[in-house]
Amino acid sequence: MTSDSSQPIAQDTPLPAAGSATGAKTAMRPAEVIHEHIIEIVSDSGEGAQRCGQSLASIAARSGMGIWTVEIIPAEIQPPPRSVAGASGNRVRMAAHKVTNVGDQADLVIAFNEQVLLSRLRAGEIKQGATILLEDMWKRDAHQPIADAYADVCAEIRAGGYRLIEVPMEAECQKYVPDPRKGKNMFVLGMLCSIYSLDEELAASQVKLTFIKKDRKIIDANLELMAAGRVWANDNLDMHYRIPAPPVEKPQVVTNGNAALALGVVASGMEVCAMYPITPATSASHYLSSIFEKVGCVVHQAEDEISAATFAIGASYAGKCAVTITSGPGLSLKQEAIGLAVMAEIPLVLIDVQRGGPSTGLPTKVEQSDLMAAIFGSHGDAPKVVMAVDSIEDCFYSVITARKIAETFNMVVMILSDAALSTAQQPFDRPVFSADWLAPPVNQSAVPPDAKPYDWDERTGIATRFIPGQPNGMHCLTGLAHDRNSRVAYDPKTNEEGLINRTRKLAALQKTLRLAPVFGDEEGDLLLIGWGSTRGAIEEAVTALRQEGHKVSSLHLKYLQPMASGIDEVMGRFKKVMTIENNWNDPLSDPLINSDNRRYSQLALLLRSRWLVDVDCWGKSHGQPLKPAQIKAAALAKLEQA
Amino acid sequence: MTATMSQCLMNMVQTDYGIGDYQSAIAPRWCSGCGDTAILTAMQKLCRDEQLAPEKTVCVSGIGCASRLPHYMNAYGFHGIHGRALPIAEGIKIRRPDLNVFVTTGDGDCCSIGAAHWLHAIRYNMNMTVLLHDNNVYGLTKKQASPTSPKGLKSNTTPYGAALNPLNPLTVTLGVANVSFVAQAVDWIPDLLYDILQKAYHHKGFSFIRILQRCPNFMDHHFDEAVRDPLKTRILTHADGLRLKPEISRIYKNQETHDPINMERALALAAMQEELPVGILYNNPSVPCYDELRAGERPSTPGLVETVLNEEFDKVGIWPQSQPTPQAGE
Repeated sequence: MTSDSSQPIAQDTPLPAAGSATGAKTAMRPAEVIHEHIIEIVSDSGEGAQRCGQSLASIAARSGMGIWTVEIIPAEIQPPPRSVAGASGNRVRMAAHKVTNVGDQADLVIAFNEQVLLSRLRAGEIKQGATILLEDMWKRDAHQPIADAYADVCAEIRAGGYRLIEVPMEAECQKYVPDPRKGKNMFVLGMLCSIYSLDEELAASQVKLTFIKKDRKIIDANLELMAAGRVWANDNLDMHYRIPAPPVEKPQVVTNGNAALALGVVASGMEVCAMYPITPATSASHYLSSIFEKVGCVVHQAEDEISAATFAIGASYAGKCAVTITSGPGLSLKQEAIGLAVMAEIPLVLIDVQRGGPSTGLPTKVEQSDLMAAIFGSHGDAPKVVMAVDSIEDCFYSVITARKIAETFNMVVMILSDAALSTAQQPFDRPVFSADWLAPPVNQSAVPPDAKPYDWDERTGIATRFIPGQPNGMHCLTGLAHDRNSRVAYDPKTNEEGLINRTRKLAALQKTLRLAPVFGDEEGDLLLIGWGSTRGAIEEAVTALRQEGHKVSSLHLKYLQPMASGIDEVMGRFKKVMTIENNWNDPLSDPLINSDNRRYSQLALLLRSRWLVDVDCWGKSHGQPLKPAQIKAAALAKLEQA
Repeated sequence: MTATMSQCLMNMVQTDYGIGDYQSAIAPRWCSGCGDTAILTAMQKLCRDEQLAPEKTVCVSGIGCASRLPHYMNAYGFHGIHGRALPIAEGIKIRRPDLNVFVTTGDGDCCSIGAAHWLHAIRYNMNMTVLLHDNNVYGLTKKQASPTSPKGLKSNTTPYGAALNPLNPLTVTLGVANVSFVAQAVDWIPDLLYDILQKAYHHKGFSFIRILQRCPNFMDHHFDEAVRDPLKTRILTHADGLRLKPEISRIYKNQETHDPINMERALALAAMQEELPVGILYNNPSVPCYDELRAGERPSTPGLVETVLNEEFDKVGIWPQSQPTPQAGE
């Protein structure tokens, strides 16, 4: 827990070799051993704080620490420098154990100017008493208002009870490079390596990896700056921590959620990805574009979202199961095509990396509010499978599962990820390739005489698909109501037969699903139910609550449509049930709101309607990932309720 | 089709297809006198003459009267959603070069709701044959103005006459980058319709045929002038283009030798108001096809997937200290 992260733990853990940084003028202070820390590095856009954070995280992960990184992204591509809105950087949570979420507030912040720092302070992202390392060049700025602003913020920070250390980052860097804007981040990385006792060689090898495509001179300059930062911190800072992490035992990989999705697409054997750029989904297709052609596949950037969806449907119809990757507004545009795939029973995998909505909403911010659109979107009765990813690793494997479900049931399978997972990085066990992951080759054998294209199985509703090229299988597929021969039919009986069978597939799939185990005791006072990216934060909150003696457990749903059976039994074993969701619900504190008109969070609404159970909800739509401390407070409030 | 023949003999699958082999069990339900019937017949004749295996032939459509055509063909058919026939066809073609892909679409389907897809399909230049059934009106929804309706047309949505000038699908198509084949045909000269369709089929790339087509119910007598007066039609001929049968040549005396690589003249012909150009306006076989450009160097195999995945995992890998990290210096 971050709340006690600065508390020393067992001191028998051996301390790191003192004075490991080259050229240290003074003897290294012994390191204080801590469980975990959250570090934020913020700069103006383009100053390299993001790369600094990513590198720090990679070095920590390679040292065996659990990490979770989150990008701090301004909404504009190039916001005005030195502005509160312009904060760009990275938050790195490093721990002696596995980390599953963004954590609460930062313990240490490095800021390249005081304005970007202000944005983090005002957002409540920095812990009371946290250490702040601030670039001090602004106090000497020739432009008086800048110098004044710097002084004002410094005073505010000190008054606020933070520990402010002014650092001459630029001045130090100028000793080594002419333009400190290119390299200050590596100086800072060196400082952080000193502060957290990170291995020098490991750090150097990570920097070499980061700049692998650059000129040797650039790599050397960066290494020099990093060493300088380490030396400066050794000589001038009194902070020295060590996070004792067990060395990694199995090979691991560190990726963000979108890269994991892209790798999952490759591993699933899908051959076509049709997409249209949209934040925060796009980086998944960027990454896929860089590798997909190497395996003989294609990322098609369509002219619009509708085209992307229908292109994928065409490819899938022709036997090459396809994926389309999008985010909220794109999902809306794809809805008619999704209906077509449902009606024509064409397998289609759709990944929705959710963002704040409605409309263009909050493109770079977190929300999980497309659940209803995913389940009930499109018109008419359009049953489809909806699953949500709950970790970076899950992003990878879910795509493989989704492709299999799509092709087994000839259904649309939607994967809901979100902006919290898209850019967050976490290590997980390196996947070991299995040929079973891949799609089977396209079937081109002759269709048996008298076989029908929609010969729905009475038990499962599944029909064998005929793929172009298969002799005897010729038929005209249509989005109109049709009979087993794919002939257009408007009579009620045929229409109903189609509806029954398309729906029945969901029930057949549901029979194969297993509910995830309850996190915590099987019964108790309060059950928190979540879905998607909030899993790590919810479970961390539950762990903290249980350590304090509260009978709280959690249940995390992977499948939202259909839902695995047994949820009602689990809910029945708890006195109170509440969903934790990163979407809107009407707060009961609002004088207008009562049980007659309250709008519930999306999963809560589904659970209430299905099982007629009193499920409460707690959530936020503030554009940020839910934090363990917030969830813990909400659970405590619920426990105290009469 | 020697390759097909030997393959078919081995598989004991029918080799000699007659016109009936392309007729589905569903009788066309177009109105009596509908121009779509002539287009369907031309399609079926083409399939027979080219001996296209029905299972290797896919007819894709959107929504509208014209888009019912796939139901009447004994081939694989995809009757999709309004305006989206082209991206569906592109998806089919992107990894299935073995399939013959035809797209049938109407003036509303292609030039209105599907206009964005239409422009980009021209740009992608994928190897498929597109038949734009253009009757200048919405038929299936019972007479609304279409983007190609003449100014002043009285319809259910324009009871006082259509306010705007019509969109010209030919000039639009010719104006898009990567355009490679544009032709115009009319349903009332079936011989020429067939010849143009055949040329389009043999063109490698996106071949676009606008077919003026009569709607007896909602645009009665609309094309009468052109139908009755052969001199209103300007037939485009060329050594590499259409070769006219003597009887056609006798009736349609208004002919012009037009080299279809000549874009300037093609645009002038496309924009003609007084006469109706029929034939191949533009044909540039050298435009690269998107399906070939994106074909990928190697076919996907499990071994290849494993190799590439492992390469990517190496880049972001964390190794136990007992195992060496891959060298970064290259």
